[in-house]
Amino acid sequence: MKIGVPKEVASDEARVAMTPASAKDLQKLGYDCLIQKDAGKAAGFDDEDYKAAGVNVVSGAAIWKDADVVAKVQPPTEAETAKLAEGQTLISFFYPVANEKLMEIAKSQKANVIAMDMVPRISRAQKMDALSSMANIAGYRAVIEAGNNFGRFFTGQVTAAGKVPPAKVLIVGAGVAGLAAIGTATSLGAITLAFDVRPEVAEQIESMGAEFVYLDFDEAAQDGAATGGYAAPSSPEFREKQLEKFRELAPDVDIVITTALIPNRDAPVLWTKDMVEMMKPGSVIIDLAAERGGNCELTEKDKKIVSDNGVTIVGYTDFPSRMATQSSLLYSTNIRHMMNDLTPDKDGQVNHNMEDDVIRGATVTHAGEITFPPPPPKIAAIAAQPAKEKPKELTPEEKRAAETAAFKAATKSQVTLLAAGGALMVLIGAYAPASFMQHFIVFALACFVGFQVIWNVSHALHTPLMAVTNAISGIVVVGALLQIGSGNLLVVFLSFIGVLIASINIVGGFLVTRRMLAMFQKS
Amino acid sequence: MLANGVVSAAYIAASILFILALGGLSNQESAKRAVWYGIVGMGVAVLATVLAPGVQNMALIIVAIAAGGFAGQYVAGKVQMTQMPQLVAALHSFVGLAAVFIGLNADIMLGAVSEMREAGTALADADLTAFGEKLWKKDATEIAILKVEVFLGIFIGAITFTGSIVAFGKLAGKVDGKPKKLMLPNDETPIPYISGHYLNAISLSLCVILGLMYFTGAGIWTMVLVTLIAGFIGWHLIMGIGGADMPVVVSMLNSYSGWAAAAIGFTLGNDLLIVTGALVGSSGAILSYIMCKAMNRQFVSVILGGFGGESGPQMEVEGEQIAIDADGVAAALNDADSVVIIPGYGMAVAQAQQSVSELTRKLRAQGKTVRFAIHPVAGRLPGHMNVLLAEAKVPYDIVLEMDEINDDFPETDVSIVIGSNDIVNPAAQDDPNSPIAGMPVLEVWKSKQVFVSKRGQGTGYSGIENPLFYKENTRMFYGDAKASLDNLLPKID
Repeated sequence: MKIGVPKEVASDEARVAMTPASAKDLQKLGYDCLIQKDAGKAAGFDDEDYKAAGVNVVSGAAIWKDADVVAKVQPPTEAETAKLAEGQTLISFFYPVANEKLMEIAKSQKANVIAMDMVPRISRAQKMDALSSMANIAGYRAVIEAGNNFGRFFTGQVTAAGKVPPAKVLIVGAGVAGLAAIGTATSLGAITLAFDVRPEVAEQIESMGAEFVYLDFDEAAQDGAATGGYAAPSSPEFREKQLEKFRELAPDVDIVITTALIPNRDAPVLWTKDMVEMMKPGSVIIDLAAERGGNCELTEKDKKIVSDNGVTIVGYTDFPSRMATQSSLLYSTNIRHMMNDLTPDKDGQVNHNMEDDVIRGATVTHAGEITFPPPPPKIAAIAAQPAKEKPKELTPEEKRAAETAAFKAATKSQVTLLAAGGALMVLIGAYAPASFMQHFIVFALACFVGFQVIWNVSHALHTPLMAVTNAISGIVVVGALLQIGSGNLLVVFLSFIGVLIASINIVGGFLVTRRMLAMFQKS
Repeated sequence: MLANGVVSAAYIAASILFILALGGLSNQESAKRAVWYGIVGMGVAVLATVLAPGVQNMALIIVAIAAGGFAGQYVAGKVQMTQMPQLVAALHSFVGLAAVFIGLNADIMLGAVSEMREAGTALADADLTAFGEKLWKKDATEIAILKVEVFLGIFIGAITFTGSIVAFGKLAGKVDGKPKKLMLPNDETPIPYISGHYLNAISLSLCVILGLMYFTGAGIWTMVLVTLIAGFIGWHLIMGIGGADMPVVVSMLNSYSGWAAAAIGFTLGNDLLIVTGALVGSSGAILSYIMCKAMNRQFVSVILGGFGGESGPQMEVEGEQIAIDADGVAAALNDADSVVIIPGYGMAVAQAQQSVSELTRKLRAQGKTVRFAIHPVAGRLPGHMNVLLAEAKVPYDIVLEMDEINDDFPETDVSIVIGSNDIVNPAAQDDPNSPIAGMPVLEVWKSKQVFVSKRGQGTGYSGIENPLFYKENTRMFYGDAKASLDNLLPKID
């Protein structure tokens, strides 16, 4: 079958759904790859690169006509959707809630549409989660964009020309984009604060090097698992408390990056006009939720504005497209993984398995039916949080008491053991002759030495240990040697065999140990 | 001829050298030196014994040592590292057999010496070996104690001998590895009191009775019978233990061979033998202890064979095993930064260690972190995996123990399980009803992706379902380990 990628029609879209690298992998799955002339140009991939990767460079019309699978980035236009033929598969972002009309057209064309934005958030599907891979880029780019509009260093410096304080960055919403922004901002040296309504992400925030902004609010903590990993809308009281905290932070922070967005809802307003007014001139706000109205009250979609008090507010919605090479590489890999799951036999034939959770979830129209919204996946996205039981904090006194008790118990068992051993010794000593006791002392001491020495042997050397103990237990040869001179022929014969096999042990054991030890090499 | 004092001095030197030889095994570099201490110690001990007063038949000694030495050298040079468990077991059996012979000899000589003494021969005219002279000087109590020592030496020696032979057979695949107990009169309708472990108990009491008869003056025939019956116990005991418990069995036999040597040392009144026997005996005992700890099992229950009673139904495993081919594994490996390989007995069976090493070399050449996680009971011998990897030239500093690496799995991109099963079974932690509940395991399922190289869908030796194979992030890489890896290697770039 053929996979075709047309040039994106949206004017500001620089990404492309297939790169030369992903084309090679798709060919391994058995597909022939087509691409429209100049489709990859804006993302930095020349037609020559595609040709070198074995891709046919053709006209746009040929793509829609010949390809069995069409892969795109942006949702198709109505005109594009109308070009779909029966049985043809389209893979792209689709936003089915907002694009019901497109769905109707696709249904009437009996085309199959797979929406990359509907891939369920389960761990198996992470490799095709294009929303996450694009959000990651957006988070990174948001910080870079902020730096571009911010007149100071991110990192604090002490220079000969004076001291520079580090920039303070506040990130609202610690989803994929938020976490990427935290990572970028901290690695540039800024002091980074982060806020999220889900307290369970505090750990992730702190692991990225930011400080989690705690809210002193008692509400039944919501479980992110119930909403597929997204935050749920918060109560009005909670929101008030949250805004209060932001007002407290606003005069201090230099850069605010807001990423609070719940799928298919308008963005909540979290950064109000009065907060903008409280900020220092020259500060920057990057609103990643501008697409859905923006988290900042003043945000204008797709525009960069400067407020009256000199705060720059960026409302771009095309951050991934601004890093088209990187985002094309990741997006095309997401597409390639999707094709991988659609082609279980690697024979270049699409097997649209509606039993598969991931494929079912992402499919919005199939064989003349609208299949959106999908049933809930069979596997919960994230395991429900186990009820946390705090281990009881022990007071220092209790700890000390426990330690003393443990010490006492150990002492007790050791003393009991020694006493019992001692009593046994006395018992033996009372009846055994002196010559035996002499040897017995040696035996007991040797056991002790043995235990002490062997505990220190490295686990990796247990096999050589066994081989070497084999060799030295060949010491029984001494016993046979002492008997071989006897006048009794049977004794001589048995000792002879004894010496013989003990010698095998000694020589074999030592040599094989040496052989093994010589193999152990350090890198 | 050396004076007796010089011989004793040589024995002291040999004992110290043996202790140093064992102590040196605390790390890989000092071990290479330490093995020489052992060799020199053994040389000193044998030379001193041969040159001591009262040792005769020098020609026979030279022939025996030369022949034994030649055979030992031949075996040591030829054995493959995957066959180490068999070799170790075979060598144990030699020590056991030698101990039996020496014990029998001691009794024969005791009889001869007593006869001479009763006949009124003077000590000077008796033409005795050094050992014979020692026997001559013993009083009644000492002779009684000697008899106890002879009994113990023969009893332990015989168990070690036959037990090691069965262990050898099982490890070499010459005897069926499944646990098997003798049922009398037949398997279908066993009479409980003369079957299974009762047979061992009966045999043990027989031995004790024969021993008591021997102490009270019955002849050497009692000891010959003890040899045979103890030999039966050794055979029957080890037959009843399954393949995966072999690490414990081999360590236990190692320990027994030491105790047999120590018992012989008491018989002969030779401190060097006592010291060495005690060292080896405690070494084997510690190894057995470590192995049992690593399986969370009682030593007694391992020896009595089979897994302990189950306390309830095992958890149902949900999901399915998803297969993957070499391309998929290669793609994941090419993307990964940190890789952990968990080898098991299956790697040894498939002789895949060279391919594993090659894979490691290739991945490391790309700058990836590759490490090995070794469970204490992986393989059929304590430390077996370490030796196999060392043979394949995997540097030992990337081969880590369970405790060293278990916390690192959450940061690991890809874990590759090669031929191991129970040691990576999450049921040990999750399912209190699992037969292996509580056994410490390698937490591979916490890594981002797990590949399991395995022959087929079977449950392996222990017959325990492994929920790891059904996990979301697990993919099954079916096929012979070596063939699969060789298939994979060219795809890593």
